[in-house]
Amino acid sequence: MSEQILMKGNEAVAEAAIAAGCRYFFGYPITPQSEILEQLARRLPEVGGAYVQAESEVSAINMVFGAAAAGARVMTASSSPGISLMQEGISYIASAELPAVIVNIMRGAPGLGGIHPSQADYFQSVKGGGHGDYKLIVLAPSSVQELIDHTILAFEMAEAYRTPVVIFGDAMMGQMMEPVVIPDIEPLPPNRPWATTGMEGRGPNIVHTLYLPADKLENHCNRLFAKYSEIEHNEKRSVGYLTEDAEILVVAYGIMSRVARAAVEMARDDGIKVGMFRPVTLWPFPDNALQAAARNARVVIAAEISMGQMIEDVRLALGNRVPVVLFNRIGLVPNPDEIYAAIKSKAREVNANG
Amino acid sequence: MFQVNFLEQYCKGCGLCVHFCPKNIIVLAQYTNDQGYNPATINDMTKCTGCALCARMCPHVVIEIVEGGAA
Amino acid sequence: MAKKGYMRPPTLLQKPWHFCPGCNHGIAHRLVAEVIDEMGLQNQTVGVGSVGCGVFSYEYFNFDGIGPSHGRSPAVATGVKRVLPDRLVFTYQGDGDLAAIGTTEMVHCAVRGENITIIFINNTLYGMTGGQMAPTTLMGQVTTTSPRGRGREQGLPFRVCEMLATAEGAAYVARVALFNPAQVNRAKKAIRRAFETQMAGLGFSMVEMLSACPTNWGLSPLEALKYVEEKMVPTYPLGEFKVPEGVK
Repeated sequence: MSEQILMKGNEAVAEAAIAAGCRYFFGYPITPQSEILEQLARRLPEVGGAYVQAESEVSAINMVFGAAAAGARVMTASSSPGISLMQEGISYIASAELPAVIVNIMRGAPGLGGIHPSQADYFQSVKGGGHGDYKLIVLAPSSVQELIDHTILAFEMAEAYRTPVVIFGDAMMGQMMEPVVIPDIEPLPPNRPWATTGMEGRGPNIVHTLYLPADKLENHCNRLFAKYSEIEHNEKRSVGYLTEDAEILVVAYGIMSRVARAAVEMARDDGIKVGMFRPVTLWPFPDNALQAAARNARVVIAAEISMGQMIEDVRLALGNRVPVVLFNRIGLVPNPDEIYAAIKSKAREVNANG
Repeated sequence: MFQVNFLEQYCKGCGLCVHFCPKNIIVLAQYTNDQGYNPATINDMTKCTGCALCARMCPHVVIEIVEGGAA
Repeated sequence: MAKKGYMRPPTLLQKPWHFCPGCNHGIAHRLVAEVIDEMGLQNQTVGVGSVGCGVFSYEYFNFDGIGPSHGRSPAVATGVKRVLPDRLVFTYQGDGDLAAIGTTEMVHCAVRGENITIIFINNTLYGMTGGQMAPTTLMGQVTTTSPRGRGREQGLPFRVCEMLATAEGAAYVARVALFNPAQVNRAKKAIRRAFETQMAGLGFSMVEMLSACPTNWGLSPLEALKYVEEKMVPTYPLGEFKVPEGVK
């Protein structure tokens, strides 16, 4: 079905998962992601898969653990408070090196927060979230089409690196409709000789995360991190926009990057040398590309729907070379005007400082 | 005629086999195994009826009983 | 004529176990392995362990195994079984793992009628962490966290079988004990019935085994068996609470 259709973000994630060969979904209802469940509850039995509604997100992520260990391509989805409940299971999935895709349609927080768009789970997924030394690949799509493309990419990456992959959406992307194309791909069935499927014709396969002897745990962590180095080497992704001569650089991801891009265009019309840098992978963070994009920058604006989380990675990438300031709103996606005003104000400072 | 084999290195000397043997022919040895336990052993193989109650209660699967052992 | 003699089940790997002297976990492991061998299911089994004294089960059984997080085994088993509906999928959980932190996962697994089996080892306390009170601790029982004996303010014993038997999705629910050879034989039959229930696709099954923990009870292995018989059984009555048609 390669024709263009109009689709809501959450439904698009569900259809993309099916296109990517995902046949098992375990989840729990939570606004604003419930349409992912609803769509898959309808669709998975039609394609020979199974949808199981768990009694909690704690249970859902452990069902994902079991299904992935049994060799299946599997996904779960939730929104911020539910993703918090999954953190324990995610640590185990990462340690057991199981491929799995976890979609977070972020909503306002902390606590019950609200059901508005948010980007305040950056630290949780990019910096850890669960216990111990592990990393998650975190993808940050910015449109419904990218939600589809990144869902397919997430399954490929999860499989290739045997690691959980998180997709960040937000309440707006989950709920908005855009014209999309669901690619007609034919994914190969999962090839997992290590899966616990019953040991016909081989010795026992074991999926576990316990390494009692200290040296074994150290070896395990070193091995995980060798893999993470490989991911850092191969998978950093980003998009630059008018960065070549940019004296002001706006850094934004997800839905915020679309607003930032519109603001950059408005400011360019005023002759301001401003560009935008959009991390597509939040981990691995595209630090080298950001350094290149910011080479002429005299100020960098990190724009986020949080109290400032990604900004720490921007500062880590750029060091003291250039001031990095925060533009943020909570509980809503700002209008381009607001970022435009922030750019104008910084442009005046930059000019005043000669 | 039965041959009772004790995998002595796995025995933790709990004595359940000693208690449940209806012929009272199992004892804990005077010596210790590599784990530091006095392993169970049999003192009169000829009296064994092969009932396997010892093996049934052994928590460490130490005991195997085969029929037709050396006379 | 009853078959004489005894051979170790091939589905148990031959290696030393971490269980204490007289611990009934070893008997439970052996019975599970014997039933799997007798049913010829070694190559079709996926075992799901737990956290506690059962944590190394995947290292002792000679079939595919998973080590999940504390209490989540029924959820993990659900994931496995939905992907591999023709496999024998069972969890092996203690009373801390199952009846405390994993209560939600256990109950809803039964409520969904998930076609898996739970092997539940009830020894009235947290063995691996040093003998703390569990929801299954007997009234008056002294543990490291009920030093004056479990009183009313620390709750009352949790009867898991009785509760799960009320779930329509639960097909086979039985409580057995391991305190003498006759009980051990009964326990083995219960495991067999639970696995047969699952392989016939009849729904959720559970076998609870009252199990001695001599070390944490401060009793000799033999005294500990008596404790099961005389102290545990009155609180946790033995029997089959639910048996499906066709598995009798």
